[in-house]
Amino acid sequence: MEPQSGFEEMMLPHLDAAYNLARWLAGNDHDAEDIAQEACVRAWQYRGGYRGGSARAWLLTIVRNTAYTWLKKNRAKTMVTLTDDDMAEIEGTEAPAFQSADAGALRAALEELPLEFREALVLRELEGLSYKEIADVAGVPLGTVMSRLARARHQLQTIFQKKGEV
Amino acid sequence: MNCTGARPLVHAYADGELDLVRSLEVEEHLKTCARCAAEKQSVLNLRSALESGGLSHRAPRALRQKVREMAGDAREKERATTPPWLWQWLWQWLTAAVAAMAVVAIFLHPGGTSNNDLVANELVSNHVRSLMVNHITDVVSSDQHTVKPWLNGKLDFAPDVKDFATEGFPLAGGRLDYLNGRTVAALVYRRGQHYINVFVWPAAGGAGKAISETISGYNIVNRDIGGLHYSLVSDLNTTELGQLADLLVK
Repeated sequence: MEPQSGFEEMMLPHLDAAYNLARWLAGNDHDAEDIAQEACVRAWQYRGGYRGGSARAWLLTIVRNTAYTWLKKNRAKTMVTLTDDDMAEIEGTEAPAFQSADAGALRAALEELPLEFREALVLRELEGLSYKEIADVAGVPLGTVMSRLARARHQLQTIFQKKGEV
Repeated sequence: MNCTGARPLVHAYADGELDLVRSLEVEEHLKTCARCAAEKQSVLNLRSALESGGLSHRAPRALRQKVREMAGDAREKERATTPPWLWQWLWQWLTAAVAAMAVVAIFLHPGGTSNNDLVANELVSNHVRSLMVNHITDVVSSDQHTVKPWLNGKLDFAPDVKDFATEGFPLAGGRLDYLNGRTVAALVYRRGQHYINVFVWPAAGGAGKAISETISGYNIVNRDIGGLHYSLVSDLNTTELGQLADLLVK
């Protein structure tokens, strides 16, 4: 598609995906709407930089970067990102078998995940992006996507089970 | 494939991200390893739970409407007048202009602003804009014999163009700029990582004032000589900026 025209056709079909990612990263409706809108403005400004390929992954990359910038600015204190120690700890946990879930508890567990894990799971399981697309959106190597997803699933299950026990 | 080799690949297998050979190897392993098979099953269970959990958020109508309006406005303008490349250029320029206006607005105090202040703000704006749109030079050359004729062909005055590489201020190029209601020459010098815009135009009064000022962290050094006015703008310190000014008017 010609990058200069058809912006509406290019962006509107992916607006739900854009908002969904923004919503999961921001954690509430109001901030998610601000982030998604700002991302669309940026996408419009930088549309000359779109070089074909998946328009959805391209827009999600901009949403993701906009969200991280926003989070750093507004929630620097509460923004929890992963350290190597966290990674090692998570690596050691055993994967529990996942039982059929009630949606509310699952949602709460996903909200508790560290940002990078939440992002990887949302992109993979809710948006159906390939590893390669997730790697492009998150700006990390393919191997990191693979390990993040595995760890994200383990941790989500652990959180979910804990909630079940309480 | 043994468990050590297969285990890290179980998630990629369940995600359909392995090539055929690896995929078959993992599949073979899963037949014999209960632990890895359980891991695979848990990925599938989680997936179906996430998919059926209604966890996706849909864009609010207001947001959809805003994006539609934004795209609609732009399309209308495109259709009406401008070819795409010009449209892109206009956008870049508009972004820069907004930034420039913001810089000016900060210094517009209610008591009114003198013309000198306005020119100073404009100088900083032009400097900032030249850096922003990656358009600092129209003629990129450290050769004074290239820059000078290029500028002279486009101006109604003839600024002297010299390279001061040996003094630590290499000439990076030149361009035309618009300032205080007229076309001016902008010579671009470098000092390490800093860019210096030297704006040159015919001096009205000709008084040799050498005032310096600072706006938004950018320093301005002014010099008048030979009927020409020189304004040097940079984030470089005023001392070194003054050195270049002295070289220019020598």
